[in-house]
Amino acid sequence: MGVGITVEQLNAFYGKTQALFDINITVLANRATALIGPSGCGKSTFIRCLNRMHETIPEARVEGKVHIGDLSVYNGTSATQLRRRVGMVFQKANPFPTMSIYDNVAAGLKLNGFRNRKQLDEVVQKSLHSAALWDEVKDWLHKKSGASLSGGQQQRLCIARALAVQPEVLLMDEPCSALDPISTGKIEELIFQLKEQYTIVIVTHNMQQAARVAEFTGFFLLGKMIEFDKTEKIFTNPSDKRTEDYVTGRFG
Amino acid sequence: MSNQALPRPRFNAPEPERGSKAALKVEARTTPLLQGKVSEIPDIVFGWTMRLCGLSVVALLGLIVYQLVVGSQLSWHAFGWKFFGQSDWNPVSDQYGALPFMYGTIVSSVLSLVIAVPLSIGVAVFITEMCPVGLRGIVSFTTELLAAIPSVVYGLWAIFVMVPILREYVQPFLAKTLGWTGLFSGPPYGIGMLAAGVILAIMIIPIISSITREVLTVVPQHQREAVLALGATRWEMIRMGVLRNARAGIVGAIILGLGRALGETMAVTMVIGNRAEIAKSLFAPGYTMASVLANEFTEATGDLYLSALIEIGLALFFVTIAVNGLARLMVWSVTRGQPARSNA
Amino acid sequence: MPDNNFNSAAGLVPEFSVPPISLRRRVTDQAMTGVAVLTVLVVLLPLFAIFAYLVYKGIGSINLAFLTQTPKPVGEPGGGMANAIVGSMVILGIASLLGVPLGIGAGIFLSEYGRNRYGDIVRFVSDVLNGVPSIVIGIVAYGLVVMRQKHFSALAGGVALAIMMIPTIARTTEQMLLLVPQAIREAAYGLGVSRWRTTLSITLRTATSGVITGVMLAFARVAGETAPLLFTAFGNQYWNWDSGQPTAALSLQIFTYAISPFDEWHRQAWAGALVLIVLIVSAVAAVRIAVKHGTLAGA
Repeated sequence: MGVGITVEQLNAFYGKTQALFDINITVLANRATALIGPSGCGKSTFIRCLNRMHETIPEARVEGKVHIGDLSVYNGTSATQLRRRVGMVFQKANPFPTMSIYDNVAAGLKLNGFRNRKQLDEVVQKSLHSAALWDEVKDWLHKKSGASLSGGQQQRLCIARALAVQPEVLLMDEPCSALDPISTGKIEELIFQLKEQYTIVIVTHNMQQAARVAEFTGFFLLGKMIEFDKTEKIFTNPSDKRTEDYVTGRFG
Repeated sequence: MSNQALPRPRFNAPEPERGSKAALKVEARTTPLLQGKVSEIPDIVFGWTMRLCGLSVVALLGLIVYQLVVGSQLSWHAFGWKFFGQSDWNPVSDQYGALPFMYGTIVSSVLSLVIAVPLSIGVAVFITEMCPVGLRGIVSFTTELLAAIPSVVYGLWAIFVMVPILREYVQPFLAKTLGWTGLFSGPPYGIGMLAAGVILAIMIIPIISSITREVLTVVPQHQREAVLALGATRWEMIRMGVLRNARAGIVGAIILGLGRALGETMAVTMVIGNRAEIAKSLFAPGYTMASVLANEFTEATGDLYLSALIEIGLALFFVTIAVNGLARLMVWSVTRGQPARSNA
Repeated sequence: MPDNNFNSAAGLVPEFSVPPISLRRRVTDQAMTGVAVLTVLVVLLPLFAIFAYLVYKGIGSINLAFLTQTPKPVGEPGGGMANAIVGSMVILGIASLLGVPLGIGAGIFLSEYGRNRYGDIVRFVSDVLNGVPSIVIGIVAYGLVVMRQKHFSALAGGVALAIMMIPTIARTTEQMLLLVPQAIREAAYGLGVSRWRTTLSITLRTATSGVITGVMLAFARVAGETAPLLFTAFGNQYWNWDSGQPTAALSLQIFTYAISPFDEWHRQAWAGALVLIVLIVSAVAAVRIAVKHGTLAGA
């Protein structure tokens, strides 16, 4: 099962520019939580702080406390260790271009030294099933490269790849922004299924998407979290004026 | 804490809505296959190994300077600055002056530039501005093929093909028409400064023209269009819209070619005649810094002799570094920002 | 101008008109185009001449003896460059063994760890090293290896060529690694793959064909080098299997034969030059093909 996430007083910086201000949030286990807000509001930066991807950017740094389950993210855990428990799906599908479909899914395990062939086969099949991709690719597992799939398939391949490492949390950074409506529909349905097993945090610029897939929604503006509540509340009866302005389309 | 008072958002988990019971089935998570703690040590070791590799490049340069400076100490103490002002090169009496070699290097390089620059710019202009697109790849590929031929093969070809042509046709013609300048007088051996200049020119054309081409393609299209819109002909557009804008880069390309010509060894050694003399006529044999090293280094018996040769190497090293550094700066000033540098 | 008065009369066209492009300007335009075409022909002429002569002079002299025998003494016909061909391969092998890992390592440093002041220093020094004349590199290898060992050797030649390969490989590797999108690295990090693993198994692997092309360029560049071998490998008329002894090299042999006064040797020099170029081209082509076949469809 998934685990919950607690964030306390999180501040993030790019060099001298502060991108996030005092974020506090509790994400419940086995739920989908959506983060919305206009572009540049810090929602992507925030999600990248949860698996310490933020620090791969030169001069970027973070202050504050993040706990994923019982694991303290910024205290005593190596980023590599942490990321094995926190999967991530990126804005643009990024399969490893030189690897076959099979190797793409197996990459997380193989590159971390996992060598049991039989178990690998099992995991790859399971992950592709879970990502609703198995039927489309089962005949090409070793013959085609991950980059040869269509955009929507690539994104589901990336989800399968993330699932193969068996994380507890799945972070999704605008996973549908580069996809057509049909592929988007498939991935949304997938998220719906996945949250029975995983804690999902999804960043989206599409409010309908947040409303469709998430139980909870947080609204970001200018690096601050303005409001965090049940999705229904955010979209029907927000407590903050700015949230209301945003969800009713008055700006952003 | 004060924020205790603030109402933290509290919520009860809503009933998970059941999605469409599609064929889609998410497999239950099992226990993680990756157990155990990740060690940070391999990352640290790898990072420092790569840094060491990077450092080795700097160390190599240091090593080169060190070797050359230490090796040339003897000669430096014996002759000082006079080394570069004397034209006497005599291993028997242990007298060494590098002037004839410096002269030969400079004259052969300048001569090669005189021949190569107009040709290279012509080729670059043709490829970027005039060439039909289908032909462009072929022409630039063939020009660059010239750069792949080893120096010694150029030399071989020069000795047996180019030099006879120079001797039979070109030199008599030059002597007749331009002999009065004094640059083209004396017996036409074929071998000599002129031959060295010509073969060097052939060798540096690919460098100059490929960098010039790079520089020309960086000139923004709107500069061309602006000139064309004023009713200019294509040549006027090239002259005013393209060449003028790319001036600094082209000069850089030329200097880069010069850097290559200064240090070029084998082909020059094979056709320049290898005589340590300073003669006005380009028909006369000469000697360059690189070719004296090629010819005499293994034969240098005395310590001072060897040291004098190494000092020539040191001088050659500094000159080429200065020339290349200058050229890089000039090319960068034009193409800056072009190569993909962003890591994002 | 008596004819154009209906224009002015209509009042629709301004009084002045842009003069047509003068004959002189048109002729200049045409002439300059002609000049540019001419320069291309003049530049390509020696290229074709060199290849034509190589094939014409070389092909008749390449026979089994040339490829299997060592040089014969002056005056005796026949003999070959077998020892020089093997010697070249040994020297290039040593050079690659030393230069390729260091060069790729330096390239990895530049792209993955060197996006800062230290990287800029290494970048600049690489470019400087690239411009150092090869004969000067020969002197350095002489001081480093020959002086210590007290004799010329394939090792010394290999060291000299390796020094020339490193900066070229470093810079091309850097450029190729930078072409790998950051998103690919992030994908690996996101799976909990460590940085060194990501660099080697993802970034470097994705850029493999580019990196190998860069290595081949460096290889081709040093394969025909003669100057740095003159006082390192030195040359040898006989077989030598000891990398600590003077070793023959194809380029050295071509040089020696070309400047000799014997027709038989001139003939062999052409044959050697042809073999050298064929070896370089086929090495480069072989690796290119191998790289192409190693990649998956759609990659």
